[in-house]
Amino acid sequence: MDINLSIDTGLVRKILAGFIKSEIGRVGYSKAVVNLSGGIDSAVSFALAVEALGAKNVLAIRLPYKTSSSDSLEHAQLLIDQFGAPSLTVPISDMVDPLIAREPGMSQVRKGNIMARTRMIVGYDQSEAFHGLVVGTGNKTEILLGYTTLYGDSACALNPIGDLYKTQVRQLARALEIPEAIVAKPPSADLWSGQTDEGELGFTYEDVDRLLYLLVDQRFSPEDCIEAGFKEKFVRQVLERVRRYQFKRILPPIAKLTNRTVGYDFLYLRDWGT
Amino acid sequence: MKLNLALAQIQTKLGDPQANLEKHLTLAKQAWNDGNDLVVFPELSMTGYALQDLVPSVSCRPAHDDPIFGHLLDASRDIDMVVGFVDEDSRRRFYIASAYLSQGEVVHVHHKVYLPTYGLFDEGRFFAPGNAVRAFDTRFGRFGMLICEDFWHASPPYLLWQDGADLLLFSSASPGRGLNGEPKLESSSWVEHINRAYASLFTTFVAHANRTGFEDGLNFWGGSTLFDPNGKLMAQGPYFEETVVNTEIDLNQLHRTRARLPLLRDERPELVERELGRILHGH
Repeated sequence: MDINLSIDTGLVRKILAGFIKSEIGRVGYSKAVVNLSGGIDSAVSFALAVEALGAKNVLAIRLPYKTSSSDSLEHAQLLIDQFGAPSLTVPISDMVDPLIAREPGMSQVRKGNIMARTRMIVGYDQSEAFHGLVVGTGNKTEILLGYTTLYGDSACALNPIGDLYKTQVRQLARALEIPEAIVAKPPSADLWSGQTDEGELGFTYEDVDRLLYLLVDQRFSPEDCIEAGFKEKFVRQVLERVRRYQFKRILPPIAKLTNRTVGYDFLYLRDWGT
Repeated sequence: MKLNLALAQIQTKLGDPQANLEKHLTLAKQAWNDGNDLVVFPELSMTGYALQDLVPSVSCRPAHDDPIFGHLLDASRDIDMVVGFVDEDSRRRFYIASAYLSQGEVVHVHHKVYLPTYGLFDEGRFFAPGNAVRAFDTRFGRFGMLICEDFWHASPPYLLWQDGADLLLFSSASPGRGLNGEPKLESSSWVEHINRAYASLFTTFVAHANRTGFEDGLNFWGGSTLFDPNGKLMAQGPYFEETVVNTEIDLNQLHRTRARLPLLRDERPELVERELGRILHGH
């Protein structure tokens, strides 16, 4: 069973920069807005947007919460300095805390979702102010696993990296000369102190990318993967996540009543007429 | 005899035939000024590819009184053209079509026979399949046209070869896909591989015009090619970049290649017919 997650980064850069330029330009815009978390995914989307549009046309936004790691803020600044893009820092604590304070004992997950959705509000507000489209930062691994906040970090106008697994994003990051401190650190949503993706998910990106590559890209059956050496519990757990979070990957279903219903038989690309 | 052939690997505006017409007329004029005899545009070059519910609103008729084709036919007085469009027949069925225009006339129309309806493709939902594969005579020789999935099947190029086509004109709107460590997408490698194979197996010229640009998340990879009857790559456009690739075809290469390698002379289509008859009908 051949598992080959290597990518030609030159080819990928050409396609993704072309995609960003085309999909932003054809709706009459020339600029982009990227929420920079300090992590690798937003770093890569940001660098691709800069490659496509030029640094002055990409607004980088840092959105720290009071418990955010100081590394996150600093790593985002490294990128802003390296690429020379306009930037903005909007602390979100003052927006988030009043809502959290209404319910003492609120769970970490709820707090994390509120933070992610607040960052979305700021990003979309700056989209209007800066006249740029929001470039998404979700990779294929997290999209398939549903490891994202719906209408939070998943919200965007276009997503250049959503068909690249996390381990492929790392390859691209190195080609884009993202600082090694960002590429090498453990991935984290940084919604609470000490949170890491791999700790929360219970497996590594390296392992799950190999499994998803076989299941999704190469269409092997779960049984094939187990036979190839993946633990059955791991395979079942991943498959269940992929199934359970399908709702995060589609628009909400509309109850069909008429002969022509949005989502079923009213079919147009977004690029309609452009 | 020489034929100067231009492969126009263009971007299109989705669902806007008027805008695309203007680009066709500009590039046809440019190709003619560059000394070309024929310019080949990609699949659905007049409309864009992923039309979905736009299909009924972008169709045209390959006729002088059609507002789109009237202009194209005028332009074809200078330079022969292959254009991609949505054809609506008299029974109101829609086809993915290519038309060969020359000296103000429609020489031939091909309806796409194989409509991919799998994976990312949904053509069978919106279009009727064509029902014929025919070569046709032009002022430069006998040619054949196929559209994208048509030449992913081996039989249409074979039929055109047997029908006398010495230049196969392929057009595509091929979405790029299949990423690995190689500097070329799997879809590009595959198409180049089979086009080279047809040129080699049929000792014929194979020209392929593939579009560029994006539609939502789909990229179109360009890389248009011309292979000669030896299977040699004579010209290739850049990947992903909109441009017109000027090529020169020395039609006498057919003479030299087929003197060396008489595959056409030795081909036995009657055997194919007999065996297909047995396979399909048991006799």
